[in-house]
Amino acid sequence: MSLLATTPVPGAGPASALQTRTVPVPAALAPLLPLGGLRRGSVVAVRGPTSLLFALLSTATSRPGSWAAVVGRPDLGLLAAAEAGVVLERLALVPEPGTGLAAVTAALLDGIELVALAGVRQLSPAEIRRLTGRARQRGAVLLPLGDWPGADVCLEGEHVEWTGLGAGYGRLRSLRLTVRASGRGAAARARTAELVLVGEPSPPGQPAEAPTTLRPVG
Amino acid sequence: MWCPDWPVVAAAAVEGVPPQRPAAVLTANRVLACSAAARADGVRRGLRRREAQSRCPTLVVFQDDPGRDARVFEPVVCAVEAVAPGVQVVRPGLVLLAARGPAGYHGGEPAVAERIIDRVAAEAGVECQVGLADGAFAATLAAHRAVIVPPGQSAGFLAPLAITELLRAGPVGRRWEELAELLRRLGLRSLGAFGALPAREVASRFGSDAVLAHRLARGEDERPLAGRQPPADLTVTQRFDPPVERVDAAAFAARESAASLHELLDSRGLACTRLEVRAETGHGEQLSRTWRCAEPLTPSGISDRVRWQLDAWITTAGPSAGLVSLGLVPVEAVPAGTLQRSLWGEVGDGDEPAARALVRVQGLLGPGGVCTAVVGGGRDPQQRVRLVPWGDEREPAWPPDRPWPGRLPPPSPATVVVAGGGPGQAIEVLDQADRPVGVTARAVLTAPPHRVVSATGQHPVLGWAGPWLVEERWWDPGGGRRRARLQITVSDGPAMLLACENSRWTVEGVYD
Repeated sequence: MSLLATTPVPGAGPASALQTRTVPVPAALAPLLPLGGLRRGSVVAVRGPTSLLFALLSTATSRPGSWAAVVGRPDLGLLAAAEAGVVLERLALVPEPGTGLAAVTAALLDGIELVALAGVRQLSPAEIRRLTGRARQRGAVLLPLGDWPGADVCLEGEHVEWTGLGAGYGRLRSLRLTVRASGRGAAARARTAELVLVGEPSPPGQPAEAPTTLRPVG
Repeated sequence: MWCPDWPVVAAAAVEGVPPQRPAAVLTANRVLACSAAARADGVRRGLRRREAQSRCPTLVVFQDDPGRDARVFEPVVCAVEAVAPGVQVVRPGLVLLAARGPAGYHGGEPAVAERIIDRVAAEAGVECQVGLADGAFAATLAAHRAVIVPPGQSAGFLAPLAITELLRAGPVGRRWEELAELLRRLGLRSLGAFGALPAREVASRFGSDAVLAHRLARGEDERPLAGRQPPADLTVTQRFDPPVERVDAAAFAARESAASLHELLDSRGLACTRLEVRAETGHGEQLSRTWRCAEPLTPSGISDRVRWQLDAWITTAGPSAGLVSLGLVPVEAVPAGTLQRSLWGEVGDGDEPAARALVRVQGLLGPGGVCTAVVGGGRDPQQRVRLVPWGDEREPAWPPDRPWPGRLPPPSPATVVVAGGGPGQAIEVLDQADRPVGVTARAVLTAPPHRVVSATGQHPVLGWAGPWLVEERWWDPGGGRRRARLQITVSDGPAMLLACENSRWTVEGVYD
């Protein structure tokens, strides 16, 4: 899956100072975030479709030396992740952390800049506070898959449509998501963006999908 | 030292057949070796299987397996090595060793022979014969006859023996068989007669093989013995008194052991790539875990891993008592200097802290707890992905460059059934009249799907495509699978990939 999403973002140019402070995100999602990326040391809760997680992981693992990890998701469709552009070589997976969820996540935050974590409900409030602090201290981004008390930003994906399937013909070609961001401070104003994930690049000369558009909401 | 009929002995030992039963090992339908009981019934080397069985109806037949022979032979080699060092294995069943040293030590050659026979019988439970002579070839023939030839008399010992004994000189090819046959037809029936010919004449008439055979027949050896050195024991063991119960004390101990292991390996020019950490508790519990690493371990790398392991054992596993001993075993070592870094590409700024963090998690969960994925070939979304434990080589499970008919084009489902977690979640596919939808033998749906019923409730079907047939390993009676796949979109939920196998529908993946 490649990301077909290019809308120039006013005011969020690729300043190098910002880049060192943030982990990059797909261009379609940049306007949702206050700094145009995932601020290091912050907690960004992600809810909804797995494809949204893959979109975030794809840019986070794109540069050499930048690593990401996913804890507690044994059912990830990693083939879809590879198609979305995630560099699997630099994606560490801990499918079954068991009772050591907090310890494993804390250890990963020490050396990996983006750590996604499923099974937040198993954590006690004290562990949640400690992990938030650990992420801030280490300059890593913690991506809890689910609700996280005190998250800086919450990205919520929602499905809109799948295209390509008819009544007994065709095949699935693309899926379109709406992503809604809400949060605290600079991210308090809710915004929405659309993300289109296509299976294969369309043949040259034929734009198969409409380009992604961004609509400010509210 | 020779074990008679070794292939038969090894096969009988592995299969659990008593040694007194007549048995034979066959290769390409001809008898390769047979036991003494079978020989007494007239079974000979080179007989066809049917003929051998007609001569001896109770014959137990085994297939030839050189690997099995070698495997079963290892304890015998160890038993001989315990008596005399410098053992050379010619082939499974035949071992050569230099007699001079052990003879001096044990007090005479007959004493050495007796000791070896005793030792092999006691430790490996196998009968063997020992012969002594000058040179490997003469010694081999002496072992077949269980005689001790005094020094300098090998030529005299060999002279009356038949010319076909040349074939016992080791793994000889067809040309030697032809040479022996030719010499026999020329009237040279004994080794002595062949050896009496001048070497120059032999070389000019029969070629280089014959020169070697001629040297053997005269009792001269083709090359000196090259001894096998027993592998050095590189294990580092440390005992604790009083037992270690706290993590910090364990960490201190780990540092010391790691340094001495590294020094030991370094003195031999080795570096460790796979390390086994063993510990014993005060109650006799044995704990062990193997660490694999992509790069040769440095002293701090060794001590980190040992510390993490001890930490994990003491804090999470909770052994019933303190640790009384710690052992470090370098399971796999490479020559120092052959760094394997290129396997992981350039080690950049971000890779090193990440690698440290992953190794730390391995200490908490075990080596298989942290994986990276590698995409290979296959037909299922989850079959194409293999999870490789961190530190192992990233090899796909199936080659990706094959056609793999029946695999689905991208996009792939973002959520799949857990790999190896058994069948997926069951789902019912119903048509307009609420009858279950099936797939015919010609891969056509019996009716258009109207709604699906799963654990999450009822979902009306919006669109569907398929069924696409996947046939796997149809030639394999146990491993063959035949499935039909269907993509559907429903009005209130994500698109799904369904599979129908044995008229049951399951969810293979969700496009969420």
